[in-house]
Amino acid sequence: MQIYLPIAEVSVNAYLLLGLGGLVGILSGMFGVGGGFLMTPLLFFIGIPPAVAVATEANQIVASSFSGVLAHLKRKTVDLRMGCVLLVGGLIGAALGVVVFNYLKALGQVDLLVKLCYVVFLGVIGGLMFIESLNAIRNTKKGKVPTRKKHNWIHKLPFKMRFRVSGLYISVIPPVLVGLCVGVLAAIMGVGGGFIMVPAMIYLLGMPTKVVVGTSLFQIIFVTAFTTMLHATTNFTVDVVLAVLLLVGGVIGAQIGTRIGVKMKAEQLRILLAIMVLAVCGKLAFDLLVMPSELYSVGAVGGH
Amino acid sequence: MRWFVLFLFVALPAWGESVVLGLSQDEIAITTSFDGSEILVFGAVKREVPVPDGPELEVIITVAGPSVPVMVRRKEKRLGIWVNTDAVEVDQAPSFYAVATSGLLRDVLRDTEDLRYQISVPRAIRSVGAPMSITDAPSFTEALIRIRSDARLYQLQENQVAVDEQTLFRARIELPAALTEGAYATRIFLTRDGQVVSSYETSIDVRKVGLERWLFSLSREQPVIYGLMSLAIAIFAGWGASAAFSLLRN
Repeated sequence: MQIYLPIAEVSVNAYLLLGLGGLVGILSGMFGVGGGFLMTPLLFFIGIPPAVAVATEANQIVASSFSGVLAHLKRKTVDLRMGCVLLVGGLIGAALGVVVFNYLKALGQVDLLVKLCYVVFLGVIGGLMFIESLNAIRNTKKGKVPTRKKHNWIHKLPFKMRFRVSGLYISVIPPVLVGLCVGVLAAIMGVGGGFIMVPAMIYLLGMPTKVVVGTSLFQIIFVTAFTTMLHATTNFTVDVVLAVLLLVGGVIGAQIGTRIGVKMKAEQLRILLAIMVLAVCGKLAFDLLVMPSELYSVGAVGGH
Repeated sequence: MRWFVLFLFVALPAWGESVVLGLSQDEIAITTSFDGSEILVFGAVKREVPVPDGPELEVIITVAGPSVPVMVRRKEKRLGIWVNTDAVEVDQAPSFYAVATSGLLRDVLRDTEDLRYQISVPRAIRSVGAPMSITDAPSFTEALIRIRSDARLYQLQENQVAVDEQTLFRARIELPAALTEGAYATRIFLTRDGQVVSSYETSIDVRKVGLERWLFSLSREQPVIYGLMSLAIAIFAGWGASAAFSLLRN
């Protein structure tokens, strides 16, 4: 069944969109990530204009994270105080990101920016995750207990604040900066940024794992909602029909994915996720390095 | 697939003939299930005198979407990766352009007439002045035509207009799914020996209707409300889908 998307102005197969949503949903349920970093490139591949893909994906992430946050709030695994500090950074970052996005759109470089961001971030995160989980698997085989460093340079920074739920007494500068980076990425890449925030919260801020996912979802909802509004009012690129179709597939997929996820070991999951992140990164890098079949592209004047 | 039939009666004014026009439908509605369309352009040459001797009557039909300036960019390898570098603004390029002719275009239309009426695809695109730094501006226009032809947005359909008895003619113009809104100028040219002897122009209105229309205009006119609505709908849909799923499970 073909469906004409009113904002993207293209006609696509509705089942394809539901299927894509479902597939990414399964993966995001399995790994506990938003899946925006997979969905946005997939939308490019099926011919959705990049600006529409990024803005619509932000809209979809708000909705797919919503039920997750509700569940975490019920279980009291959200550090609201930390969430708000991250959010302050996130909102500033999102505003900056949209300004950069619109500026580069006018220059005709937005595709390059989005793809380069993907290659760099996915490469670094995927690589780190891969090495980390390999070590973890080796350590569990040797019977070592993983230790978490309690004190590092972060504890020497000023403006300290107590975060009871996380059991932390640290400076607000690192969480604000983490939030800021994630906000910029949300605006430019159309991702929630969980794949960066979760490792940053665990390894950089030293938050306990059980509150990490809930808190990051809490921050992501508000940052992506803000990003959606910015894109909707400056670029008019949020396609609600596209968002809803992806969402319905995504939510159902996520429920299935969660069930698969609990049957697998954490290390195995992490190494699988790392491989997937590296694969997406590799594909995008390949496209940038290999001579394209069509050197020319057509865009609107002053925009994409 | 819908059919839009244009009944056109095109006259040769010098001989005191009249134009009679009947449009069974002059509007194409883009609905949610829009998947491209096809227009049947169907008409007749009405004359009160016998068909003149000499070269056969030929018919050229053009359908043009709204013209807007477009930016054509070219990639070059910089620091190992392919980056958009040079850009040329094409002043006017129709979003859709189809030419259907009753013979080979070069036989039914002279270059001077093409220049005058801007009938062929390259002539329908207006490009003046590329930046000084770009020496091969025509290649940008060629690229535009190539990209849009691949997407079936620009079509040259030679020998696709059927002409009977030098009086009745008909042609099908296929419209792709990725259509933009606007007035699609439809022109019919009658030529003899490559010279345009008569022309007629009308327009087909292509517009989004219903939900499509409503969402599109809301997103442009009330972006804040549209944004909030998108968020609300998405949250509700997401929450609803997960609630429905957990109900099913229990």
